[in-house]
Amino acid sequence: MDIFLQQLANGLTIGSMFALVALGYTMVYGVMRLINFAHGDMVAASAFVGLTIYTQVMGQATSLPAVIAIFLLSAVCMACIGIILERVAYRPLREAPRLSAVVSALGASLVIQNGIMLIWGPRMRIFPELVPQVYWDFGGVVISLIQVIILVLSLVLMVALYLFVEKTRIGAAIRASSIDQDAARLMGINVNRIIALIFIIGSSLGAVGGLFIGLYYRGITFNMGWQYGLYAFVAAIIGGIGNIPGAMLGGMLLGLFNAFIAGYVSSTWADAFTFILLIVILIVRPTGILGERVAEKV
Amino acid sequence: MSDDILFEIKDLEVSYGSIAAIKGISLQVRKGEIVTILGANGAGKTTTMRTISRLLKAKSGSIRFKGHELTSLPAHKIVKLGISHSPEGRRVFGILTVEENLLLGAFTRSKVDRNTLDWVYELFPRLKERKKQLAGTLSGGEQQMLAIGRALMCNPEMLLLDEPSLGIAPILVKAIFQQIKEISRKGVTVLLVEQNAKAALKLADRGYVLDVGKIALAGTSEELLASPKVQEAYLGKKH
Ligand SMILES: Nc1ncnc2c1ncn2[C@@H]1O[C@H](COP(=O)(O)OP(=O)(O)O)[C@@H](O)[C@H]1O
Ligand SMILES: [Mg+2]
Repeated sequence: MDIFLQQLANGLTIGSMFALVALGYTMVYGVMRLINFAHGDMVAASAFVGLTIYTQVMGQATSLPAVIAIFLLSAVCMACIGIILERVAYRPLREAPRLSAVVSALGASLVIQNGIMLIWGPRMRIFPELVPQVYWDFGGVVISLIQVIILVLSLVLMVALYLFVEKTRIGAAIRASSIDQDAARLMGINVNRIIALIFIIGSSLGAVGGLFIGLYYRGITFNMGWQYGLYAFVAAIIGGIGNIPGAMLGGMLLGLFNAFIAGYVSSTWADAFTFILLIVILIVRPTGILGERVAEKV
Repeated sequence: MSDDILFEIKDLEVSYGSIAAIKGISLQVRKGEIVTILGANGAGKTTTMRTISRLLKAKSGSIRFKGHELTSLPAHKIVKLGISHSPEGRRVFGILTVEENLLLGAFTRSKVDRNTLDWVYELFPRLKERKKQLAGTLSGGEQQMLAIGRALMCNPEMLLLDEPSLGIAPILVKAIFQQIKEISRKGVTVLLVEQNAKAALKLADRGYVLDVGKIALAGTSEELLASPKVQEAYLGKKH
């Protein structure tokens, strides 16, 4: 029972990180039918950007306002890079064959990864201890303050995003653009603006995800985006790519699955089982758990 | 005469890659008119409509509306100028509700005009009954009503209708065409594309017949109805 509860807590923590990152994949796919392979590397970049803001801008302060500022500044930085990424790597290829955009996405991924390596070096860096090491022991089940912060903040962001997309006019425009871009244009929606907005939202959520990864795992490397990006991408597919609640659900499920495999089987097997899970889900439900639209679209 | 011309296409050419679809057409629409563009499948009617709304780029020629040149504007600006387009195949947002579809039609407005929404519901009471239903669950005729209603939500000066009768039960076609007349009475100028020449000419003031990217005939509805060419090609009468 202890293992179960402990892995439940761990699973929800990593699941919320996966979910935050998965939202970036799914929202871009929803509107553009494009897998933004560079997204994972953007997440990695965010952890390094956060590190630099901490040392260079905040003078290594860890007060609450300083930590909030680090999160906001990192998110703004990544949102700007996200806009540039869309302009440079994807917009010129909107009308081009799908394969060109895929190649461009892979290229962008390499550029960002190598950019991180050039700026911050190839060696692992240690992410600052922005949150005090506080733990609570509930009869053998240990939960840290970091876990609580990650879970609560992720849930708040996801609920906010959900309400924004479901309840506002801009949200309706996002949904319309992901259903039928030309029809959305006929409504007077500036689809280019919507796409830019999607990159802003996806990159900022990814930025928060990247900082969480730094906070939780501490060691950050220039190529870690590949691993976390892949997990988040799998989460997006499990939930149904293009579907926003699907990415949230997929992230959480994948996090829990991973934690339970690590707890009951072995952490070295977690990756292999993750892909077995992906394959099983794709066989049973090719469009993912909540995705129905994908098949009709492509 | 020319000062009440609201909308004018001049020498328009449009191609898909190297294939010319519109080969230099010109037409005018006066304020308050219902003008129809007739033509067989593949004549270039939809291409013309999509070019007006700037979903397609013109190769050459001009499209003017109230003194604005449309060919150089992006699609969303054209809606703002007062041209609304109910596209071929309806293109309603199937996984959104009827009401969400209608509200999206008012996207260019700073806020949704209640009166317009009430008017659309009055024109098509079925939409009101089904406002919480997903648009994809509506029948073809109801989806067409929704597409037209959605296009009215921005209070357009000119309404583009691309084959509203396509794939719809004859009884509903009649109802929809009656409401188009009603929309026109409220002062909305209508450019109506149809293959159903009989229904369209009964409704329209004037018409153009498009034939493989060129205008083959133009005239008042009476003239076109009486023309042997139209009778033979589109009304199924033999001479
Ligand atoms: N997306 C497209 N790509 C290439 N050719 C097209 C495309 N859409 C239409 N066409 C061609 O352009 C011509 C006019 O088509 P269209 O405007 O759809 O005619 P209509 O609406 O009168 O049936 C046809 O020959 C059609 O095959
Ligand atoms: Mg057509």
